Amino acid sequence: MSASAQDAAGKVSKVSTDSSGLLSRLARKLQSRWRTIVIVIPFVWLLLFFLAPFFIVAKISLAELKIASPPFTNMLDWSGDGFPKIRLIFDNFVYLWEDSLYFRTYLNSIKIAAISTFICLLFGYPIAYGIVRSGPVTKQLLLFAVILPFWTSFLLRVYAWMGLLADQGTINNLLIWVGLIDEPIRMLYNEFAVYVGIVYTYMPFMILPLYANMEKLDSTLNEAAADLGSKPSNTFFKVTLPLTMPGIIAGSLLVFIPATGEYVIPDLLGGGNVLMIGRLLYNEFSANTDWPLAAAVAIVLLLLLVLPMTIYQYYQGKATEA
Amino acid sequence: MAAEPSTNDTPWLVADAEPLIRIKGVSKKFGDFTAVNNVNLDIYQGELFCLLGGSGCGKTTLLRMLAGFETPTSGQIIIDGVDMSDVPPYERPTNMMFQSYALFPHMSVEKNVAFGLKQDKVPKDEIAERVHNILKLVELEDFKARKPQQLSGGQRQRVALARALVKEPKVLLLDEPLAALDKKLREQTQFELANIQEEVGVTFVVVTHDQEEAMTLSTRIAVMDKGEFQQIGTPTEIYEFPDNRFVADFIGSANIVEGKVVENDADHVLVSTDLGDIYIDHGQPTTKGSRVWVAIRPEKIQLSKEAPKKAAPNQIAGKVDDIGYLGGMSIYLVRLENGEIVDVTTPNLLRPKNKSQGITWEDDVYLSWEPSSAMLLNK
Repeated sequence: MSASAQDAAGKVSKVSTDSSGLLSRLARKLQSRWRTIVIVIPFVWLLLFFLAPFFIVAKISLAELKIASPPFTNMLDWSGDGFPKIRLIFDNFVYLWEDSLYFRTYLNSIKIAAISTFICLLFGYPIAYGIVRSGPVTKQLLLFAVILPFWTSFLLRVYAWMGLLADQGTINNLLIWVGLIDEPIRMLYNEFAVYVGIVYTYMPFMILPLYANMEKLDSTLNEAAADLGSKPSNTFFKVTLPLTMPGIIAGSLLVFIPATGEYVIPDLLGGGNVLMIGRLLYNEFSANTDWPLAAAVAIVLLLLLVLPMTIYQYYQGKATEA
Repeated sequence: MAAEPSTNDTPWLVADAEPLIRIKGVSKKFGDFTAVNNVNLDIYQGELFCLLGGSGCGKTTLLRMLAGFETPTSGQIIIDGVDMSDVPPYERPTNMMFQSYALFPHMSVEKNVAFGLKQDKVPKDEIAERVHNILKLVELEDFKARKPQQLSGGQRQRVALARALVKEPKVLLLDEPLAALDKKLREQTQFELANIQEEVGVTFVVVTHDQEEAMTLSTRIAVMDKGEFQQIGTPTEIYEFPDNRFVADFIGSANIVEGKVVENDADHVLVSTDLGDIYIDHGQPTTKGSRVWVAIRPEKIQLSKEAPKKAAPNQIAGKVDDIGYLGGMSIYLVRLENGEIVDVTTPNLLRPKNKSQGITWEDDVYLSWEPSSAMLLNK
């Protein structure tokens, strides 16, 4: 009796050790799996929501306009006997190259985005610096103020600017009332309005990365520079500016890239007078229902933005390695 | 950069010597808080002067006022005959070595060191030569192409020193220069720092909270507390002749007892305390009947298991309460009959014949000290 009980107990304990070993092995396996999962998730995300749409758009850009639904020809032609033929049509890209309208629009988009980015940097840099240097309570308040506009709809804010900039808008009325001007200044439906809109809307994207970068900056470095005989202006260019370069690059990319393809701001604030690629793309896609050409416009825009960045990063990587 | 032959190692004793740094009635207030309170100090060419004190005593604020990062609320700082009141940091003849070293992370060692010389528009080949020489002095020639984050703590410390020294300042200010190093490296670097100072002949002003560091390095030490100097003197003066209880207690350790002056003669003072009557020879300025303190350093007390042969002043009996064996020496906590505890340290001069200690717990022991060993403190 006792012997069998012992036996049973021994068996139970044996089983339990076995199962615990199994569990720990499972846990270890899961752990190594977990690492794979962590890496796989972003890959799947990018694949589903970036790469797949990109290839679909690329495919459409190599098709031809057709009065049908969807309004473009198929890449694979099954009309032959059994073997499908792949039809790649580069007409859209040739057309983009030949019609100078597109070239000018791309150039203008990049110009407007670049100037807007520069203005954002010009104002954003001192603002970020001021926030970093302010006291803990003021700092929270100012950061909140930077993010606050996001709580209202983007569209609403752009419409608000229309109200401010219009001939009979707030600013003109105020200036006339004060007596500074007799006739309203034309501020809406031109490039000026587009700059105002883009700089205003994208300013937080410049300030926040700059703030994050400057926050980490050691202020004793400024003291060290001063101690070694460097005047404040020289310290800024030799110490502060190089050390905040990562923030400047991050902020500038965050402003420049979306600004280049901006559609709402040039449409609403620029009226028909400011050529930007986003508007052109919208026109091709919806007014002309020329999906293949619209897709080609988008692909070229993407290449225009991605290629210089990749080249820059490649050389940047080489420079830090050396 | 040859070392100047110093004709006098104690310039502060020379009556008509012109001090390199004059601090006259300097105070610094931050709001209601007085960080530095009306201090006066002269520092002379070639000194290695230490500002010693606990955290918040105002030593760093004083150093930052010398560098020009803080402006005195009142008072005047004169360096080499020039009033520094309106001189910004970048025009002062001082250079600072920061506690965090504050090396520029985006520059190589070489560029860090050359930075100061470039600001002074020194010709290119001269910069190269001076940078080379100073890196040789701190033994970092092989690391000149490295970035600061690729260096060890000790190497960074030497880059910081080189960067400050290469400008050949009249005064080098060092804020806790060794605090970030581990103990072994710190001890080794203490002597290196003193040697470098001797070699270049630049006046050093060092801020430290580490009394050992201050004692090893300095020609003179100013002990600071609550924004004021408690005492200024050579390491020996500070240790053996403290002005007050704070200094006696802060520097090293001391048995301090309160007492009353019962005899006050030209050649001795007798103070009645809980340790009995303490006889101190050499008359010290005090008045009979006044409340005073007596400090006795633990190593100045003799410890013996045998009762003294003849009765004399400064003898007392007790029991060993606790022993701290440090190898080179031992600390004994001796409890007196009235319950007072006295610290005694004794060097372990002889290797014991067997593994048992000579003096052990609960042994009856007798303490005695020379009439010159006790220090009379009026405050």
